[in-house]
Amino acid sequence: MNTQLKLSVSPHIHSGRSTRRIMLDVLIALLPATAAGAVIFGLRSLLVVAVTVAACVGFEALFSLIAKKPIPVGDLSAAVTGLLLALNLPANIPLWQCVVGSLFAIVVVKGLFGGLGANPVNPAITARVFMLVAFATLTKAAFPTIVDTASSATPLAAEKATSLTDLLLGLHGGAIGETCAAALLLGGVYLLVRRVITWHVPVAFIGTVFLTSFIMEGMDATAALAAILSGGLLIGAIFMATDYVTSPATPWGKIIFGLGASLITFLIRYFGSYPEGVSFAILFMNILTPYISSWTRRRIFGMGGSKA
Amino acid sequence: MAFSLLHGVHVPHRKNTRDMAAVRMDAPKTVVIPMSMHIGAPAKPVVKVGDTVKVGTLIAEAGGFVSAPIHASVSGKVTKITDYLLSNGTTVPAVVIESDGEMTPDETIAPPVVDSRDTLLEAIKRSGVVGLGGAGFPTHVKFSVDLGRIEYLVVNCAECEPYVTSDTRTMLDRVDDMKTALVAMKTHFGIRNIVVGIESNKKAAIKSMMGLMNEVVATGECTFTVKVLPSVYPQGGEKVLIYHTVGRVVPVGKLPIDVGCIAVNCTTLAAIGAYLKTGMPLVEKCVTVDGGCVKEPGNVIVPVGTAMSEVFEFCGGLTEAPDKVIYGGPMMGITVPDTSAPILKNTNAILALSKKETKLPKTTPCIRCGRCLNTCPFGLSPAAIARAYDKRDTVALDKLGVQACMECGCCSFVCPANRPLVQTNKLAKVLLKEEKAKEDAKA
Repeated sequence: MNTQLKLSVSPHIHSGRSTRRIMLDVLIALLPATAAGAVIFGLRSLLVVAVTVAACVGFEALFSLIAKKPIPVGDLSAAVTGLLLALNLPANIPLWQCVVGSLFAIVVVKGLFGGLGANPVNPAITARVFMLVAFATLTKAAFPTIVDTASSATPLAAEKATSLTDLLLGLHGGAIGETCAAALLLGGVYLLVRRVITWHVPVAFIGTVFLTSFIMEGMDATAALAAILSGGLLIGAIFMATDYVTSPATPWGKIIFGLGASLITFLIRYFGSYPEGVSFAILFMNILTPYISSWTRRRIFGMGGSKA
Repeated sequence: MAFSLLHGVHVPHRKNTRDMAAVRMDAPKTVVIPMSMHIGAPAKPVVKVGDTVKVGTLIAEAGGFVSAPIHASVSGKVTKITDYLLSNGTTVPAVVIESDGEMTPDETIAPPVVDSRDTLLEAIKRSGVVGLGGAGFPTHVKFSVDLGRIEYLVVNCAECEPYVTSDTRTMLDRVDDMKTALVAMKTHFGIRNIVVGIESNKKAAIKSMMGLMNEVVATGECTFTVKVLPSVYPQGGEKVLIYHTVGRVVPVGKLPIDVGCIAVNCTTLAAIGAYLKTGMPLVEKCVTVDGGCVKEPGNVIVPVGTAMSEVFEFCGGLTEAPDKVIYGGPMMGITVPDTSAPILKNTNAILALSKKETKLPKTTPCIRCGRCLNTCPFGLSPAAIARAYDKRDTVALDKLGVQACMECGCCSFVCPANRPLVQTNKLAKVLLKEEKAKEDAKA
């Protein structure tokens, strides 16, 4: 019974949760929003999703090949970036722009900084901001195909007449995956249940936007609700601001991140020249993340102080 | 006392053997007894090849103050004194005894006369008892302090490692031995407060410890608390347990006694109690034999020095070739190169784990999810420590407090990228120590 046994340093068991599984959970959580986008904006939205995801995965493989690194497509992170980016684009966007955006997200933001885990800012958010600045199509949101287009406009850009029900169902103009609040919330609940994300960032982010809007709209709760259900807030707060790589890891760090992002969103929405500020807000907080992380580091047990 | 509990992880319990009372195995053919089964100086052999020994005969005396004597675990003849490679990479002598199969006890064995602090301390020293929770720190050294400093005796009954149930068996089957030790310590060491810390998943053992509490309290002059704690790994970590039972923080680099506490494992207590009653030193050990490759898992009382392979054989053998065989639990246990490795004094389990049980995800880049730092009981940032270690940045490592790491392995257990986090912490601690030594040498 003296066969060769494996020698290794403890621990010898593992929780079983892998990066791949986490990424898969994010993809699953985004399915309702993707499906809602297809229903609301028509099948072309699925074409945008397919092209963007394929482009992201393809660029990741290509970049790894050129950089002589192992091809990490199996970790599904490029697919997550692709899906998130696609859901942030209007359904009528020219497909070549999707490909350029994917190239920017995967190669410029992620690959050149060292790949998964090394990018300082969120690839999907940054690519969206890049596209917003580079292509005029992004500022002109697509309109739902299943309702009378004349009555719909991006609520934040035009008027505030869209009803709460329409906001919840996503029956108004916007990007493919950002309009259907119900689908996004469903995905958020799934991520919470699966413990992929914690409540801190979404609650701090969405809660503060609600509060500031409530005050700015003259204590009008309906208007404040409309403010959190419209624009890119939900998809941003639930799926983008919770990105592990580019947001703080400690509970307090996450709360500061959420508060900061909501404050910038509020400033841009009410005082800025863009109708929507979620992407910029998250991007800005991404840059602050290393600082927030070092400010909120946990106290070490047994090093100073009598409490843990 | 209001404070929040330290973080940790929910490990699978797998306490399959908890209801299996310990069975004493037959005399092994030979035993190999390394001279280092404790922290501190190796023991010095006092027998030579050809000597006849009986169970309990002294074969090696303590090699210094922080050391422990070693006794023969079988009756028979010393056939060899060889070199033995320890799992930490150092080589020590080992006494090989060929058993005559009789297990005849040494006739000089008699209960020690204990009537004072010094005689009790001497008895603990002679018993050869070391920390049986796994660390193997010589128990008499812990009590070689100004006794007035001991405010609490914390009995470690947490047994938080998966699979392992040998402490559970001690709590169920050896209450009387534990009582003997506690009463002696109360009488001669002046222990006034006893706290048992036990995980909530051991219902029967909790009941048993409540019974022990009543018996000890009936002898008067001390308080006794049974503190039931959540089953969160690493509840049995010494500093964790002390914090959760008496609310005191043992500072980094300090000992429990610096905050008025001494922590002792329950099986250690039982071994001391048994010695006080009979005079038979620590020569056998109850070990949990489990893991997916063991045919009939159970708890077995094994003479110290018996090869693992014989113990597995006693448990019906192995059903398949194991991926890893380890001393102790799967969170902090040590792998062995082959099953000829002997049972040591501080072995509480031997596990033959299948490939399925030891399956780890692929190692991929860190995604900064923060699971490691949010589960670290001591609030360390393992991922940041790993980055600092990669740069050999000792200033950053010192700032990140890596020396506080107790190596429990929670960080590696939860890491979805399967980064070698606790493993890097261990290396970083050594690097930091070497760096400090260099600086001291310069100064």
